[in-house]
This record gives sequence, C-alpha cells and structure tokens, in this order.
Amino acid sequence: MMSRRATTRLGLRYAAVIAVLLVFLFPIYWLFIISFKTPDEIFAFPPVWWPANIQFANYAVLFKDGDVIVVWNSLVIAGCSTVLAMFFGTICAYSLVRFRTGGDDLAIWIISQRMMPPIVIVFPVFLLYVWLGAVDTYWGLILLYTAFNLPYVIWMMRGYIADIPIELEESALVDGCSRWQVLTGVVFPMARAGLFATAVFTFVFAWNDFIFALVLTRTEVLTYPVQVTHYFGGQSNFWAKIAAMSVLGTVPVFVAVAMLQRYLVRGISMGAVKG
Amino acid sequence: MTAAAVASRRAQARGPFLERNFKYLIVAPAILVLLLVGLFPLIYSAVVSFQGIGMIDQDTSFQGLLNYKALFRDARLWESLAHTLIFTAVALPIELALGLLLAHLFLEKLPGRALFIALLTLPTMISPIVSGATWRLLFDHHFGPINQIIAWFAGHQVPIIWIVNPNTVYPAILICEIWQWTPFMFLILLAALSNVDKSLLEAAELDGAPYRTVFRRIVLPAIWPVMSVALMIRGLELMRLFDIIWALTRGGPGTMTETVSIYTYVQGFEQFEISYTAAIAFLVIILLTAVVMWLLKRMEIAR
Repeated sequence: MMSRRATTRLGLRYAAVIAVLLVFLFPIYWLFIISFKTPDEIFAFPPVWWPANIQFANYAVLFKDGDVIVVWNSLVIAGCSTVLAMFFGTICAYSLVRFRTGGDDLAIWIISQRMMPPIVIVFPVFLLYVWLGAVDTYWGLILLYTAFNLPYVIWMMRGYIADIPIELEESALVDGCSRWQVLTGVVFPMARAGLFATAVFTFVFAWNDFIFALVLTRTEVLTYPVQVTHYFGGQSNFWAKIAAMSVLGTVPVFVAVAMLQRYLVRGISMGAVKG
Repeated sequence: MTAAAVASRRAQARGPFLERNFKYLIVAPAILVLLLVGLFPLIYSAVVSFQGIGMIDQDTSFQGLLNYKALFRDARLWESLAHTLIFTAVALPIELALGLLLAHLFLEKLPGRALFIALLTLPTMISPIVSGATWRLLFDHHFGPINQIIAWFAGHQVPIIWIVNPNTVYPAILICEIWQWTPFMFLILLAALSNVDKSLLEAAELDGAPYRTVFRRIVLPAIWPVMSVALMIRGLELMRLFDIIWALTRGGPGTMTETVSIYTYVQGFEQFEISYTAAIAFLVIILLTAVVMWLLKRMEIAR
C-alpha cells in the first residue's frame, strides 16, 4: 500500500507532467488543427479551438496543384544522402577504430568539419556548384547532405563499433573471411542498433534542413521546408497551405521516431558524450 | 599462358593489395567527399574574398585586405553579431535550467513515463522552419490563440503585434527557440542524471543533506561531462540561428533581429556581394574557431 504522502506526491508529479506536456504539445496541436479547418474557421475571431467538421480540402489543394511533389523530393534527397552517409561513414569509422587510421588528428579534423555555421559552408559550396552545374539538382543536394552528415555518422559509429568485442572479428578472420566479409558479416549486424539510431538522426537532419535547400534549389528540386516559406505572405489562404504542408512534412518524422523510439535516447546521449 | 591463368594471377595480385590497404580504402570515400564539399570550396572562397566580385563589378583582380577592412566599418555586421550573442546568452541558460527541471520531473518511475518522454521530444524533431511557421500562426495578433489566452487572464482583448512590435519580437523568437530545443537538453540531461550513482544519493539523503547541497556536490560533478558537451552543441547551434528567425521575422522589423547568419545570407544571395560575403564568412569562421578552442580548453573535455 502506498502511504498517503506518496500518493499525493505521485498526484502532484502527474499534474506537473500533464501541464508540461500541454504547453509543449499545444503548438503541434494548433498546427494540425489549422490544417483541417475551413477558411472561415482559420480567419475566425476569436480563434476556433476545435473545427466544426474535420475536412481535407487544404491537403487536396496541395495535391491538385502538384505542390506535394516537394515531399517526394525531400524523401529522395534525405533518403539517398542517409544511405550514402551511413555506408561511407560506417566503414570510415571502422578504420578509425580498429586501425587507428590517421590517429586523433584525422578524427578531430573530421568533427571540426561540422562546427561551422551552414551559411558559411553553403556560400563557397554555392560558388562551386554554379561552376559544376549542380545547383537545383538532386545529386547536388544529396552530395551536400552526405558531406554534412558524414562527421556525425563517423563519430556516432565510432562509439558503437568500439563496443563490439574484437574476438568476434578475429575468429571470423581465422575462419578465412576477408576484411570486407568481416565488415559486412560481423560489424554491420553487431552495430545494428547503433546504425538505426544514427540513420534516424541523419535522415532527420537532411529532412529538416532549410538553409542548404534554400540556397541550392530553384524550381526543380524544392524540398518541403523551402516550399513552406513560399506560402508566407501574398496568397489569401496561405495559412491553410502552411499548416497542411508542414503537417505533410512532419508526420513522416514522427512516425520514424515512434518506430525507433527505443534507440533514440541512447542515440542522443551518445552523441552528447562522444561529441 | 592462357588468358584465364593471367586473369587469375591478376586476381591473386589484387587480393593482397586490397587487404593490405584496406584501412585506407575504406576511409577514402568519406575523406574525398569532405574534401570536395568542405575544404575545396573553402580555399576557393578564400581566394574570392581577396577579389572584388559583386553584383555590378566582376573584378577578379587582387584587392588585398580591402574587403576585410570594410568589415570593421560595417555597423550592420557588428549589430548582427550582437543580436546573435544576445539570443545565445538568453536562450542557452533558460534551455539548460528548464531541461534540468524537466529531467528531474521525469527521473523517477512514473506509469506511462516512456510515452510522456516520447511526446515531449516531438518539438525537437520538427523542422525549425516549420516550428517558426507554427509560432507565426500562434502569435498572430488577431487570429492566433496566444493573444486570446492572454485576454482570458487580462480580462480584456490585447492587441500585441508580436513579431512586428520591437518590444515583443525578441521574446517571440526566444519562446519559439526555447520551445523547440529545451526537449533536446532535457533528453541529454535525463540520460546523464539516470547514470548518477544512486547509492551516493541515498547516503547523502540519510545524512540529511538538503538537495541543493547534494546537487552541487554529487549530481553536478557527475553530469558535468555530458552537460558541458550539451551546452556546447546548443551554444554552437544558437550561434548559427537562422531558420526560426527567417520564418518568423526575416530579421525584421528593419534589421532588429538579424543574426550574423541572416546578414550573411542577405549580403550573398540578395545583394550578391560575392567577395564581401566570403570575407564575412571567414571572419565568422575565425571568431567561432577561437570561441570553440577557448571553450574546449576551459571545459577540459579530455579525450
């Protein structure tokens, strides 16, 4: 039996937790609910807290106008760059851990590539891309996000790979496996949890990026955050579009996070510990 | 010798080469990408920063330190740096304090705890441009819910024009920033607090030490390594602040909320002052590198 004091304490903690959640989730609620409102309700005064009937017209407009293509663009670009960054980053991290390739200097140089403000990186990259003809192309953004995420992947995977018992790899080598087979047959499966956690964050970084996409796209490969800003000002119904497009871009991330939630706390705190 | 035998001997010769240089071969792709997208453009823009390329003038002759000298007379640049520092100096301690409080709230077991923690992390997962847009909807002076909520407490309608009024635009941006990133601090600090040795805490509690003392003597030293890195990550991100302000105010009203990232963008991609922007970029790189080195030394993050 819980004592009365303990019960009161639990009640108070629940109240505090609920209050905190209300404050932090209300903006997300508001974004979602606006996307289901009619124009009358969006521009009602005082504000409508719950629409009379949920309707999907705001989404239908995005599909009818073809604006929804930007979600596909985001998916292709974030997806491809995540796969590339995970693959190249993981094999690089393996070499750094097992062979100490380049020592601490190389590892620190790699992480230092991630410390600069994106605007400072993107400006010279823009000049390079104009010269290469890579502005407003899929591969241009994929290459940039891959490069931008590599330091993160390498540093995260370093920690996960260091946790793998080296005896497993040694016995595989004794059994006649090549180094490459050790990598694909032992290291990748053993680091599975770490790979998932790191991949989610890598994907979310690329998916949520605004500034690189703003500078390096024009019309062909717009990503969804850039498209959201195109609805600011001007059009009379821009709020409905802002909300609907934002929801379309946010739901996939929420779903990914929900599915992989058990890896995430470790993923985030590892990132903090290992830098 | 048959062609097949030659091929097989080649394969044998290639095998040891791949094995021998395996550690370099698997590092190479990552390094090449980083050099191509990281180092090469940086060198190129260093060259550009000594030229005179702008919207009107495509002068590629060597201009010496002309652009760099101009930086010191550019009041708007120094103001944007000041804005950046103010946002960082205000948001960072608040995010830390709130994160610590929340982490303590969720530290003990509570039915439904895992779900609550997952829900609380949602703001951090949203694109900053979307959270800026969301707060734009919330802050709207007429149709937004925030003025309505304030009106309930005040007892009459309030006409606060959040993102246009110079007095309220800073709080508006800070609220959005803090809302989005406090959960990030919270998660890291929760993980750090969960790893603090419970037996030490219990012993201190038996001695009747107040939590203040326990926190300072036991908890803080234990979580400091993780906390300092979290502070550095958030601090650096705040120094780059761009998306949220772009969505909320675009640096306005006027240039009141222009951060150094926004100013750099305006110079480079709206004014097309290519060479001058390259010079700004290098100034920022030098300043940030100095700050990071200093912090790393101060915090003694040993590796």
